[in-house]
Amino acid sequence: MTTSVIRLLTCGSVDDGKSTLIGRLLVETDSVPHDTIGAARKVRRTGSTIPAGEIDFSLLTDGLEAEREQGITIDVAYRSMSLLNGKRLIIADAPGHEQYTRNMVVAASRADIALVLIDATKGVRTQTLRHLTICSLMGVNRIIISINKLDAMDYSQKVFDEISQAITAATDRLRLSDVHIVPISALAGDNVVFPSQNMPWYVGPTLQDSIQSWVAPKDVEIDGLMRIQMIARAENFRGVAGTVQAGSFSAGDEIVIYPSNQKAKIAKIVTFTGDVEKALEDDAITFVLEPEVDATRGDLVAKNPADLIPSDRFAAHVVWLNEDPLIHSRSYLMVSGPTTSPAIITKIKHKVDVNSGEHISSDALKMNEIGLVEIATDIPMVMQPYSQSREFGNFILIDRLTLKTVGAGMIQHSLRRASNVVLQDYEVTKSVRSAQKNQKSRTVWLTGLSGSGKSTIANALEKRLLTQGAHAYVLDGDNLRLGINMDLGFTPEDRAENVRRTSEVAKLMVDAGLIVITALISPFEVDRQRAKSIFQDGEFLEVFVDTPVEICRTRDPKGLYKKSAAGQIPNFTGVGQDYERPTHPDLILDGTKPVNENVDLIMKELL
Amino acid sequence: MRVENQILRELENESIEIFREAAVSFRKPVMMYSIGKDSSVLLHLARKAFYPSPVPFPLLHIDTTWKFKEMIEFRDRIVAQTNSQLIVYTNQEGVAAGVNPFTLKLKAALDLHGFDAAIGGSRRDEEKSRAKERIFSVRDPGHRWNPREQRPELWRTYNTRLLPEQTMRVFPISDWTETDIWRYIYQENIEVNPLYFSKERPMVQRGDQLIMVDDERFPLINNETPVMKRVRFRTLGCYPLTAAVESNAMTLEEVVEEVLHVKLSERATRLIDGDKEDSMEKKKTEGYF
Repeated sequence: MTTSVIRLLTCGSVDDGKSTLIGRLLVETDSVPHDTIGAARKVRRTGSTIPAGEIDFSLLTDGLEAEREQGITIDVAYRSMSLLNGKRLIIADAPGHEQYTRNMVVAASRADIALVLIDATKGVRTQTLRHLTICSLMGVNRIIISINKLDAMDYSQKVFDEISQAITAATDRLRLSDVHIVPISALAGDNVVFPSQNMPWYVGPTLQDSIQSWVAPKDVEIDGLMRIQMIARAENFRGVAGTVQAGSFSAGDEIVIYPSNQKAKIAKIVTFTGDVEKALEDDAITFVLEPEVDATRGDLVAKNPADLIPSDRFAAHVVWLNEDPLIHSRSYLMVSGPTTSPAIITKIKHKVDVNSGEHISSDALKMNEIGLVEIATDIPMVMQPYSQSREFGNFILIDRLTLKTVGAGMIQHSLRRASNVVLQDYEVTKSVRSAQKNQKSRTVWLTGLSGSGKSTIANALEKRLLTQGAHAYVLDGDNLRLGINMDLGFTPEDRAENVRRTSEVAKLMVDAGLIVITALISPFEVDRQRAKSIFQDGEFLEVFVDTPVEICRTRDPKGLYKKSAAGQIPNFTGVGQDYERPTHPDLILDGTKPVNENVDLIMKELL
Repeated sequence: MRVENQILRELENESIEIFREAAVSFRKPVMMYSIGKDSSVLLHLARKAFYPSPVPFPLLHIDTTWKFKEMIEFRDRIVAQTNSQLIVYTNQEGVAAGVNPFTLKLKAALDLHGFDAAIGGSRRDEEKSRAKERIFSVRDPGHRWNPREQRPELWRTYNTRLLPEQTMRVFPISDWTETDIWRYIYQENIEVNPLYFSKERPMVQRGDQLIMVDDERFPLINNETPVMKRVRFRTLGCYPLTAAVESNAMTLEEVVEEVLHVKLSERATRLIDGDKEDSMEKKKTEGYF
């Protein structure tokens, strides 16, 4: 975490007197070369009313030619100055004009403090709310509201108090916690660097005081985390180089490399001036690992493996920076530090109105718009919520054809842990489909001997579910053998395939949001376990219909026991082949009991 | 740690990160080496960034043949000392034409060797249009800098990708100030060119500017007679066009002390920038570094 270099973002429009304020801050802290000040006494803008010989402070900050002609700043300009306590201040000057939200986002991305200017003669306006919303979104730590031009309002405390009240309502709503409000006049020089003689009613810090007093807040504790930027190779030397993004590392520390999960020890921390014992946050260093594990750019070095939670789906705020709008389902390159993955925006949940913070439903993002989106990456990435870590929570999106930076994103949270499952269409998910049907989709897997009563129970269960408004479907073993499984016989191999296909079909139906009831003998434990393994926890209910073989034989609804006895069915379960009783069924039904009682028992499990 | 040293450490860390990013992102990067103090710092940072590996790109010096003699001697000595690979590009056209050292065919030098990225020592505090420069700055085919097409640069996540024909300029010391450069040279004990230290030199006065007479090619006007003066240079450029300042600062410590107290922007001693307020931006859009 940087402590001696403070980054300040200035926001406000031309008319708020922003250039004048920064100019004055520079001059009064003696941060401007004297020849530059000399030029600002001579050169005049068209229409300027500043008398010759006096400093036009606004001339000290503007840059590009075209902008000077228009009299407004249209790009982010950086300017360094020294604070009186010796710290460095880097001012990022962002334009206030409406169409340039993107510049403000750029300037805010690294800012520790935002200086938000309000023209006291105009009060809180839409643009002020926009600035605050963006500061909140971009994680700017301290907000200094400068209420300017109070000289034009007779240095009125009443005017200051009214504006303060209005602004506090906004900063509270945006949960900005570190807010300073300072009454100033940039033109007359009140409370910028020197305390005002004209506002005795104000005893708080000057603008410079509010900047100088800032100290970096302690980040949420992360224990030693670095993304590998490059592999350093020399004769008889191999190291991993990068910038420590969080926490610290010491020689001798045990670490884990993501994604390979290899363990190693930091043998040495190498620098140009010799090995060091410790690398602190923000240090650009090189580690020698012992053993020399395989690693590459973008991999992570972590002291605590618990910090490594990769995901391939995230919810994130995205600011769109490109003339062409964000295209849903198009593949962009997502880059965060040295880590890159192709990524697709799978959903735009809503747009954020930057003026009010309100959510607006939308399925597109245009230039300068901000939206909450869902993003799916091809490669799992270790990210963290932006509110906890700017380094691990930020990303940019690059158009794969033009290679322009088209979007900037802030991770809100990951949507799931990564697995090797191929990505599906995430637009409508299983839970959405189930919710629409007002039920939890799952499979009731009935297993038992031929004649144990599985089909009868399945039939009764489906009718019961139907009358209760549920959406169910029965996959009957015999019926499936007339179609999808017609090529299969009754050998153990074919029975395994029969169970596999049926379980996959059941899984698709569960994904469609249905309650599936299967009625298959499924005699082998291993096949049933495999069927169960493809479902999520709680989605597969193994129900053993336990009916003595003697009773099954007497029932013999399909005449199979008779045929088997006559030697016409060689692999008949319970006669020519064993039936393996389930070892840990979710439910055991007594097949000799009335059907309705057994259906009651299943219904109890389903609720 | 004193706050000044802490600032330098933070600036150094960031510069090293940028150097490493450049080294892994481009097919054939090169580092501009102009012999000046910023180049000295740049080279020092590059050595730190890749240690113990050698700096993984060559240095490119555009020699207009109008450089001070002391500059060339210094260059060759440093290159040998640091074991660097140096490419000298001499602007043959400019030499043939006899004068005009500013037709810097930097573009031609980059094209000749097929470099896709040039790392340079520009700082944002040098000049207004540089205050808006990115750290990774894309150049269109033909090396033109189009301010309106610059990629937004957020956090420390850089977009280093290039289309065919595009090239990149990389500025690892963007956020450093002139004071930082001198403090760092002092802290790290980096050898800089002797022209930065005060010495009796033959000078002529032209308007506000003191110009050094380095060899017989110097075009003396009317009855000008060189006078010996104690001077030093704040920036090093092509010699008839870089002015000196009167100074008694003979040691690094004295130079740092002087820089901390002089309040004159350093480019004011380069005649090339003085003609018009926006001259630097004009030159940049044309492909000047």
